Amino acid sequence: MQIEKNAMAGTLESSDALVTVEPGEGGIELEITSSVMNQYGRQIRQTVLETLERLEVKDGKVTVVDKGALDCTLKARVECAVFRSCDKSAAGIPWGGVIK
Amino acid sequence: MKNAVGRDIPDFLLANGKEVYQGKNYMDGKYVKKASPRTRIYERPQESKIVDSLAQALRDCGAKDGMTFSFHHHLRNGDFVVNMVMKAAIEELGLKDLTIAATSLGEAHDPIADYIEEGKVIGIQTSGIRGRMGQVVSEGKLKTPAIIRSHGGRPRAIEAGEVHIDIAFVAAPTSDCVGNCRGIGGKSNCGSLGYAMTDAKYADHVVVVTDCLVDFPNMPASVEAIDVDAVVVVDSIGNPKKIASAAARISQNPRDLMMAENVAKVIASTPYFKEGFSFQTGVGGPSLAANLFLEKYMDERGIKMGWAIGGICGPMVEMLKKGKVGKVIDVQDFDLDAVNSINQTPGHFEMSASQYANPANKGAFVNKLDFVVLAALEIDTGFNVNVLTGSDGVLRGAPGGHPDTAAGSKVCVIVTPLVRGRMATVCEKVVTVTTPGDCVDVLVTDYGIAVNPLRPDLIRCLDEAGIPHVSIESLKEKAYSIVGRPDDVQFEDKVVAVLEARDGTILDVIRQIKPYTFED
Repeated sequence: MQIEKNAMAGTLESSDALVTVEPGEGGIELEITSSVMNQYGRQIRQTVLETLERLEVKDGKVTVVDKGALDCTLKARVECAVFRSCDKSAAGIPWGGVIK
Repeated sequence: MKNAVGRDIPDFLLANGKEVYQGKNYMDGKYVKKASPRTRIYERPQESKIVDSLAQALRDCGAKDGMTFSFHHHLRNGDFVVNMVMKAAIEELGLKDLTIAATSLGEAHDPIADYIEEGKVIGIQTSGIRGRMGQVVSEGKLKTPAIIRSHGGRPRAIEAGEVHIDIAFVAAPTSDCVGNCRGIGGKSNCGSLGYAMTDAKYADHVVVVTDCLVDFPNMPASVEAIDVDAVVVVDSIGNPKKIASAAARISQNPRDLMMAENVAKVIASTPYFKEGFSFQTGVGGPSLAANLFLEKYMDERGIKMGWAIGGICGPMVEMLKKGKVGKVIDVQDFDLDAVNSINQTPGHFEMSASQYANPANKGAFVNKLDFVVLAALEIDTGFNVNVLTGSDGVLRGAPGGHPDTAAGSKVCVIVTPLVRGRMATVCEKVVTVTTPGDCVDVLVTDYGIAVNPLRPDLIRCLDEAGIPHVSIESLKEKAYSIVGRPDDVQFEDKVVAVLEARDGTILDVIRQIKPYTFED
């Protein structure tokens, strides 16, 4: 998928994450801040990158402000932000396809 | 050198006979030479000891560079006294190289972080360390490693001369003109002054700071005029709203209640749950709620609690008034109900920190304790508990009486949710060991109960009562299946704090935090 415009998903509530995506300038640029960085920074990055790869996003600036979200929450927030960025979040979401 | 809980203690800390933790009761039967203070003789009768200012009191007590000042934490997060005294010492008298030896420190003392960064305060000895002070110490900005002790470990260290207090400051809700202090009767009441008692007996000089001067004699005094050099009257010693909360409420959270009910079930399954049993509980959600369920079992069996100790709050006072507990002995008060009850309600007494928890004296209350219910930030598969450092390795808690009550009691129950947000409470290895696993007996979580294999007797009790329990390893795996397996927190090599076991051996060290970076 192509990130066409700025989009956000999630909240700054505890156990959630706020994910912002913006059109990139070639490649993935990922910025993470997290309340559980010391123990889970590596896994958060891995989860976000895997989700972007699954969605075939190859270009974009992604910012994650994590408040201790579980992996499933992180995935959902990244997916939603990406779908919103190309106006595909309203209908026809491929549940069970690229959205797992 | 590795200690009995598997922590590597650097050799440079093992100077002057200091040892690593060897397991509980290691010091039993050994002898200690008690230290004595060097105090001033006041033979000439004094009408009053009131001096104009803290600065004057400091000068009168011969305050100079390199001294150790002591404080107590009954005013909790409402305390003004630590900051006032340190400001007078550093900004008015120009002192430096000072050490603060406090029974605990909190966010109220954030301004002290500046004095640490400026190098004016070079040593911290405390139970609790939080807020900005915890942060700057964790960043390695304190000149000497902080020393963290339990509430029982501190009076032990003072009595053994390991901490020499040059000037003790007593934050007194009421005092008379010669320094008889009480924790009640004023405008900033805190109830018990138990943590200040040992300090006042062993310090070279004692300064009372009060905001309510009362007629002589202020009796019965918690800290007595016979130990006091000077009295300073200030506008306010603290913010009453933060000293004692309104009545501590019992949690309505169904998860807390479920855990509390299981705690009571475990307690009721043991042979120690009988007429006259003794009990301490914390004031956290599930710990406090355990009172409620325990009362139900007491009624069912027609038994009463003999006595309760600790930090005291309303629900325990309520049980005392109802006649369900014989005596309450109190080192600190958490809410107004407790503050207003101490030395007023028959059977509600005050005790010193040493009498409460000191492992080196001849009869601390914790040693007669049947049950204690405690919380944990983390507990590992060796039943070691951390209540001091956060999951980022930063100092933000306090051992308090946790290690003392755990070691002294017959049954120590830890109650905690399995995970908090993404943090696994039950884990493979706690960041810092504050209470060693050989003192912890039962873990109650929202996903199951685990009993320390060191206590086959308790395993039998639970089995006979039909209370299901699992291994602590399986609880840890359950936690990791929800939140993922955490990476180890990364630290620099520099030791920023030493955690003493209650007997004075070294239980763990806290190292400087390392800013997080991705490995590649």
